[in-house]
Amino acid sequence: MERERIVTDVLIIGGGTAGCYAALTIAKESPGTKVVIAEKANIIRSGCLAAGVNALNAYITPGQTAQDYVDYAKRDAAGIAREDLLLSMAEGVNRVTEHLEQLGLVILKDEYGAYAARGKRNIKINGENIKPLLAEAVKKQKNVTVINHVNITDYLLADGGIAGAVGFHVDERKAYVFLADAVLCATGGAAGLYRPNNPGFSRHKMWYPPFNTGAGYAMGIRAGAEMTTFEMRFIALRCKDTIAPTGTIAQGVGARQINAKGEVYETKYGITTSERVYGTAAENLAGRGPCYLHTEGISESQSEDLLKAYLNMAPSQTLKWIESGRLPHEQDVEIEGTEPYIVGGHTASGYWVDTDRRTTLPGLYAAGDVAGGCPQKYVTGALVEGELAAQAILADLGAAGSPLRRADEKRRRLREERIATETERYLGEYEAHLSSGGSPAMFTAEQLEEAMQKVMDNYAGGISTHYRYNERQLHIADDKILMLQKMTEKLHADDMDELLHVYELKERLLVCRVVIAHLAARKETRWHAFAENTDYPGQSDEWLKYVNSVYRDGKVKIRFRELTDTGKQERAEVYGG
Amino acid sequence: MSIFISREACVGCRRCVEACPGNLIKLDADGKAYIRHPKDCWGCTSCVKECGREAISFFLGADMGGRGSRLTTHKEGDFRYWKITDAAGLEQTIVVNQKDANRY
Ligand SMILES: Cc1cc2nc3c(=O)[nH]c(=O)nc-3n(C[C@H](O)[C@H](O)[C@H](O)COP(=O)(O)OP(=O)(O)OC[C@H]3O[C@@H](n4cnc5c(N)ncnc54)[C@H](O)[C@@H]3O)c2cc1C
Ligand code: SF4
Ligand code: SF4
Repeated sequence: MERERIVTDVLIIGGGTAGCYAALTIAKESPGTKVVIAEKANIIRSGCLAAGVNALNAYITPGQTAQDYVDYAKRDAAGIAREDLLLSMAEGVNRVTEHLEQLGLVILKDEYGAYAARGKRNIKINGENIKPLLAEAVKKQKNVTVINHVNITDYLLADGGIAGAVGFHVDERKAYVFLADAVLCATGGAAGLYRPNNPGFSRHKMWYPPFNTGAGYAMGIRAGAEMTTFEMRFIALRCKDTIAPTGTIAQGVGARQINAKGEVYETKYGITTSERVYGTAAENLAGRGPCYLHTEGISESQSEDLLKAYLNMAPSQTLKWIESGRLPHEQDVEIEGTEPYIVGGHTASGYWVDTDRRTTLPGLYAAGDVAGGCPQKYVTGALVEGELAAQAILADLGAAGSPLRRADEKRRRLREERIATETERYLGEYEAHLSSGGSPAMFTAEQLEEAMQKVMDNYAGGISTHYRYNERQLHIADDKILMLQKMTEKLHADDMDELLHVYELKERLLVCRVVIAHLAARKETRWHAFAENTDYPGQSDEWLKYVNSVYRDGKVKIRFRELTDTGKQERAEVYGG
Repeated sequence: MSIFISREACVGCRRCVEACPGNLIKLDADGKAYIRHPKDCWGCTSCVKECGREAISFFLGADMGGRGSRLTTHKEGDFRYWKITDAAGLEQTIVVNQKDANRY
C-alpha cells in the first residue's frame, strides 16, 4: 500500500462542526501554526450539518443568563452533567452565533432587529447551508490544510502521549501517517449501534449521521483515555419513518403530543428530554399507541410553512406529507422514539475532559459530540468547544518548555522509533484485511453489523424492549459482542470501501462494549428510556456521581467520580502543574 | 429512502461525489455518477442540492410510505426551487427564499 507521511503542528480529526471551528480559531489567533484537518468525507457537507439545521438550539436569549442554561441542562440530565463545562460552553454560544451570521448564516430577526427566539434557548435560522458556509471559511485559511476522504483509525502513542494518527484513503489504496504535536478529536458521536427504526431498505434513515460511527470514541478507548457517562444514551422523539425532528412542529405550531385515543399525554410523564421519549414508549406499551403530534386543524398557511421549514432540514418529511396526499393541517403527525445513540452533544457520553477540553491523554483534546460531560451543546456548543480546545492547544504549545514540543534529540529519536513500530502494526492490519489470504465471504462486515444491532436491540435496551434491560441481559449482550469482535479479525475487504466498513464495524463493537459496561455499572434508573434498568427501577441519591471507564488489557474498567470533579487532577500530573 | 441518478443528465462533474457525507457516490468507467450502496443513503439531499444538472432525485422507500414521487431541486439567486414529480408525472414546486429564516 502506498503511504504518505504528513507532519504538522496540530492535527484535527474530523472536519465537522467543532473541527472546522477549531481550525478557524487557530487561524485567527495563531496564523503561524500549521493545522491539518483529516476528514473522512469532504468538509463541504460532512457530519451532522449535512442536511442543514433549522434552529440554533443553544443560545442565551435576552433576560436569560449562561447560568440559567447550565441549571436547565443539569436539571434535564438529572444532575449528571459537569457545571464547569456547561458554563464555559454557555458563555460562548452567543459569541459564535454572531460569527456565524458574519459568515453568512441567515438568522430570523424580530421587529426590533434582535434575533427571533423560539422559546428560551433557541433562535430561528435558515441553516440549510450552514456547513458549506463553515467549510468555505476554513478553505480560505492559509495555515490550514484539509485532507478529505481520509478515514482515521488509530492514534499514534509515544512518549506517554498522543503524537499523531494513522488512517487510509476511502477510495485509493493509500495509507496516511500524521505526526503532530497536538491532536484534536472532533469525530462526532456514534450511530448504528442498535437496530434502527427502519431496518430494511431505509436502514440509514436515522436521526444521527450513520457515517459518524464512533471512531473517535473507539480510538480513545483503545489508547486508554478515560471516558464518561456512556450509560446516558440519547434517544430522540421523531416523526415516524422519516425520523425528522419534532420540535419544529411542537414549538412552531404548538402541537401537543396525543395518544391514539386523542388524550394529551405529554405532561403526564414529565417534561425532561428523556421523559418525553419515555412517555411515548409507555403509551405504546399500555396499548394506547400510536402517538401523534396533533396538527390537524392548524391553518393552511401554517401547514405550508411547515413544508418549507422541513425542506430546509429534513426534506423526506415534506416528501412524506406530499406522498400521503394529506398535509399537516389535514392529519396528525405520527411520532416514535429512535434507536439509542451515543452522542455527547445531546446527552453526556464521551471523553472525560478538563474545563479547557484536554482529555486524560497528553497532547489529545476533544470537542463536540465526541466530548463528554456537557449535554445540550448542539451546533453552537460544538463550535464553542472547538474554540476552547483550539485555545488550550495554542496555550499548551506556546508554554515555555512545553512537553508537547519535543526538543530533546534523544527523546525525539526514541519517539520516532516507537511511532514507526506502531505505524507498521496498524498498516499491517489494513493489509491483512485487504490481502487475498482473508477468509472466504461467509461473513461480511454487513452481516456482523446486523448481528451487533440485533444483540444491542434485544439485550441492551433497544426499541424492541422499549429501551429496558436488566443485568442478565447485559451480560448476554457483552458475551455476544465480544464474540463478534473476535470474528471481525478475519474479515476480508476487497477494496478500500469495504475496508472502511470493516473499521466502522470494529469501532461500533468497541463502543458497544463500553456502553454495556456503563449500563451495568449504574445500578439505578437515573433517566427513563435513556438508561431504564428494570433490576433497579428507581433513582437513588447514592448514584449522584459519574460513571467513568478506562479500557485496559481488553477490559472496560469502571471508576466512579464525584460530581464536583473537573478533570483537573490528571492535568496536574501530565503538565507538571 | 435513497437517490436515483439519471445517466442521461449526469455530466460527471464529481460535485455529488464530494458532497456526500458518506462517500457513497462514485463515477463509473464512463464518468457517470452512481450510488454504490443505495441502502446506505442517509437521505440528507446534499448531493441533490450540489448537482447543477438536476440529475439526482430523491425518493422515499416503500418502507417509509414512498409511492414513487421524486424530489429534485435547483437554486436561482436567493430562491431554492423544490420540484416534486409524482408517479403519474404530475409536478408541483415549492419555492423557499434562502434569505428568509424558518418561521418555526
Ligand atoms: C440531523 C440532525 C439535526 C440537528 N439539528 C440541530 C438543530 O436544528 N439545531 C442545533 O443546534 N443542533 C442540531 N443538531 C446537533 C448538532 O448538529 C450537532 O450536535 C453538532 O453539529 C455536532 O458537531 P460535531 O463537530 O461534534 O460533529 P460533526 O459535525 O458530525 O463532525 C464530525 C466529523 O468527523 C468526521 N469523521 C467521523 N469519523 C471520522 C474518522 N474516522 N476520520 C476522519 N473524520 C471522521 C465526520 O465525517 C464529520 O465531518 C442536529 C444534529 C443532527 C444529527
Ligand atoms: S453532480 Fe450531477 S452532473 Fe455532477 S457527477 Fe453528480 S450527478 Fe453527475
Ligand atoms: S442523499 Fe446524502 S447520503 Fe444519500 S447519496 Fe446523497 S449525499 Fe449521500
